Amino acid sequence: MAQDDAYEVPRTEYGYPDLQGVWNFSSSTPMQRPAQFGEQEFLTQEQIQAAISRQEAQAVAADAAAARLVVNPEAPAATDNPGGYNDFWMEMANIGDTVRTSHIVYPLNGRIPPAVEGAQRQYGGLGPDIPSTRPVRFVVGGIAKDGPEDRGTSERCIVGFNSGPPFTPSLYNNNVQIFQNKDTAVIMTEMIHDARIVRLGDKPELTDDIRLWSGDSRGWYEGDSLVVETKNFNGLRQTFSSTGNTMDLVLTEKFTRTAFGTVDYEFTIDDPATFTDKITAIVPMTKVAGQLYEYACHEGNYGMFNILRGKRMEERREAEGVE
Amino acid sequence: MKTLIEKQIAKLGLLTLVGLFSVTQAAAQSGEIPRTPSGKPDLSGIWQAMTSAHYDIEPHAASEGPHPGLMGALSATPAGLGIVEGGRIPYNEQARRVRDQNLAGAIDNDPLTKCYMPGVPRANYMPFPFQIVQSEGVILMAYEFAESNRIVYVDQPELESQVDAWMGHSNAHWEGDTLVVRVSGQMPDTWFDRSGNHHSYEMVVEERWTATGANHVQYEATMTDPNTFTAPWTISFPLYRHVDENMQLLEFKCAEFAEEYLYGEWRKPGTPRGNPPQ
Repeated sequence: MAQDDAYEVPRTEYGYPDLQGVWNFSSSTPMQRPAQFGEQEFLTQEQIQAAISRQEAQAVAADAAAARLVVNPEAPAATDNPGGYNDFWMEMANIGDTVRTSHIVYPLNGRIPPAVEGAQRQYGGLGPDIPSTRPVRFVVGGIAKDGPEDRGTSERCIVGFNSGPPFTPSLYNNNVQIFQNKDTAVIMTEMIHDARIVRLGDKPELTDDIRLWSGDSRGWYEGDSLVVETKNFNGLRQTFSSTGNTMDLVLTEKFTRTAFGTVDYEFTIDDPATFTDKITAIVPMTKVAGQLYEYACHEGNYGMFNILRGKRMEERREAEGVE
Repeated sequence: MKTLIEKQIAKLGLLTLVGLFSVTQAAAQSGEIPRTPSGKPDLSGIWQAMTSAHYDIEPHAASEGPHPGLMGALSATPAGLGIVEGGRIPYNEQARRVRDQNLAGAIDNDPLTKCYMPGVPRANYMPFPFQIVQSEGVILMAYEFAESNRIVYVDQPELESQVDAWMGHSNAHWEGDTLVVRVSGQMPDTWFDRSGNHHSYEMVVEERWTATGANHVQYEATMTDPNTFTAPWTISFPLYRHVDENMQLLEFKCAEFAEEYLYGEWRKPGTPRGNPPQ
């Protein structure tokens, strides 16, 4: 989104552009651009109205589905899939006056470029496990239930499913808080309370021998933007979109306050071992008049316990010939 | 060959140099308190306590560790003078019995064995560094252990805890050069140390962070919890700044390291642990 020329970015007490506060990065915009839009970056007014109508119709349908549950609250049969997340969990920004056709703005067609031949691919998801080999680099789902390592990094409470970096709009908890002082900025995602500390200025690079889940972040200011470069990833996450392993990833993020209530979050993925071109996306974030809450994922991870125990019980019943 | 007088002068010179160095070092240690542009003490930086309170906040002699047959001296507990003012925690009778039970199974029952967040005040004297990022309205305290952290609200004194949290809810104000933080809404599950010292959900901690020099902060915390203690009690110890220019927090995402402890019982028999080497 273009910056409003009349808007003067507030400054911190150290004179930097003030990006502090809680920001919500939920979105109704797809990451990749649907093919029919070609290189069209923004929706037209007619397309916006159509999208708003679709969103409203979906909300009505979701309410009706929830109402049916109230009228008929019988538990589903043991063999039925009871479902997972209903509409209550879906956090999506309203469609505003100016909307992108996709978050990805480069390549110009808004699509993820082809992967390099031989780049690692692995697929997770909320459905049945998809067999593969360890390490599991995706966030949600699993390749099996033999041990905790067979589950996604988010199910293991190591990496939040939307916290990246780069953080990307997802189901819920799309909140981030930014802190700034004289020589440091912090990008803190609510999901799994990941406070990524960004060292500002001319600081020596971290040795290549130290590799981190969230990488090592250095930053600087360019005009009204905070720019953050992150590398030294540990190779145990996916670079982007089910592909790659982050080992060679250099992630550049740019935070620009475009209005009192908006920060544009732009990120560029440069991983020549994974993709044949760079990927740049822009996710507008909205100021939240609230606070982050502690997402104590690991402390409450009964899910992992139940997944593994449930599978062992199932195997035992099968071995004993119990239906 | 140098004369005796020359040797004496040389020795004096060396002493003078040593003296100068000591003075310089002391000046650096007790130097000006860094301040923010608005004049508040600037607590920003990477800090760490230098105590063995993490093992036991009460005075204790060194002792054998939990796995002497497996780890020998590596698991032994170092001695410590303790950080509790007056030496002992004023438990009520029931709470002391709970402490004794906790102590008997401390390794299994300490929430840190499972990589749970340590709570306050324990996070401040863990054998891990933590970083303070201070801005005008809020102060972030980010701890390396378990990536736990807390947002200290300086500009919203009325903001109340709405749900309990492992790291609690922190409201703060300045009293002169001291940052006073009221921590409430903590989960009852956290401990003070590896020796089973504990509290209830009702505990309120009042912390006092006072910069005493460029590289030192005197930390004090008073615990009030009528469910557990017969009177409020206080701990205090200095925090030391990491002065190495290269110092930075690194990751200690220990959930990964606690998986076998937590879930190993339900691992499929014969399944290897961990990921293959990359």
